[in-house]
Amino acid sequence: MTTATFSTQRVDPYNPPAEHLRLQREAPVSQVPWRNDTTIWAITKHADVRTVLGDARFSSDRSLPGHPTFAGYTSASKLKNLIEMDPPEHTAQRVRIMGEFTVKKIGLMRPRIEEIVEETIDTMLASGNSADLVEALSLPVPSVVIAELLGVPFEDHALFQENSAMFVEADATPEERVAAMGALKQYIGGLVAARVEQPGDDILSRQLAAGASPEELTGIGFLLLIAGHETTANMISLCVATLLDKPELLQQLRDDPKLIPGAVEELLRYFTIAEIGGLRLATADLEVGGVVIPAGDSVFALCNTANRDPEVFPNPDVIDFTRGARNHVAFGFGPHQCLGQNLARLELEVVLEAVVRRIPTLRFDGSFDDISFKEWGPNYGVYTLPVAW
Amino acid sequence: MELTANRSTCIGSGQCVFTDPDAFDQDDDGIVLVLRPQPSAGDELARATEAVQICPSRSLVLSEQSA
Repeated sequence: MTTATFSTQRVDPYNPPAEHLRLQREAPVSQVPWRNDTTIWAITKHADVRTVLGDARFSSDRSLPGHPTFAGYTSASKLKNLIEMDPPEHTAQRVRIMGEFTVKKIGLMRPRIEEIVEETIDTMLASGNSADLVEALSLPVPSVVIAELLGVPFEDHALFQENSAMFVEADATPEERVAAMGALKQYIGGLVAARVEQPGDDILSRQLAAGASPEELTGIGFLLLIAGHETTANMISLCVATLLDKPELLQQLRDDPKLIPGAVEELLRYFTIAEIGGLRLATADLEVGGVVIPAGDSVFALCNTANRDPEVFPNPDVIDFTRGARNHVAFGFGPHQCLGQNLARLELEVVLEAVVRRIPTLRFDGSFDDISFKEWGPNYGVYTLPVAW
Repeated sequence: MELTANRSTCIGSGQCVFTDPDAFDQDDDGIVLVLRPQPSAGDELARATEAVQICPSRSLVLSEQSA
């Protein structure tokens, strides 16, 4: 990688890279250097990001020659999943599964998620008076939730967490990443095969009954696991770190827990952790923000920067739990917008409510400056978050 | 104003239901159902407008009522 390559590295833990914000002000649709001596169009304004992500002619199909890749990730197999497909292939699979993620169905999961969160906090508090919050709370909660959603037996949860963490671990070698992805896909393939033999009342069995092939379903199951685990964990850690770093915000939630859904929405906007969801390949000459992007060019819709667009979010760098702005693109936009967003919101709400209510003495074990952030990688977050109570 | 949904492009994100559960629902397949096709001026219309704005597949349209 040359130093001139356009970088997603976050230097300031709270803000998008300064260069991305400069582009938004000065050249919101501009070609920048990309990996392997290529170029990519950096899209930084909210409206333009929505234009790109809302138009499937900006292809998500990573098997197309010239599709931009990130940090050397290569797929462990030829299995494609939803996020790597275009319509009509994408539409058929998305339509088949989206009924599992309706607002109502996710809402029905609330009591069980509350239980999982209470039990996880019980275990953490019983372990002493300090812990790494990432290990004790942020990773286990979404891991158990997604594992139960997929019908994964509890004894296999550790394997899930280890491999999922390896896949996104910045220090992992490409070989380690590929091995972790392969192990997870193989595991999910085994789960799917078991449901083919003996269907149950679970999402995989219902997808099979609805016509999904075992191979497609393995890709979907893998995606649900990867997308639902580490991302949610990162947001839990970032939310808690922010509340501990900015006590006035924590106090607002203590005084009025009804602010929590708004706080979740605002922190989703503020951190916009999915770094690479906006990589596309133009399959036609397409206009964005008055600039024609030629067919065959790579495009990078920068959701994190779009969510700081002052034309859409006044005082965008201020965290305001009463902002009420739900038009952010933290979950992306268009046909690929996060399938699990309602589940993510629910998990974050339940966790924040429980942390605020149950651990009034929660504090950094060390300081905010000691936190090691995931500056690089497909998702922003923190590696460890030492806390005490 | 008349609120209509293109059920063939809907991706079931449920963002309209979040915006106004009295005005929108999802069927068992996750696809949008418009419960209140004629929002009255004021709060109802404001929320309908927001739902149109945030719909990720641009499947909602608010238009002048046809005669």
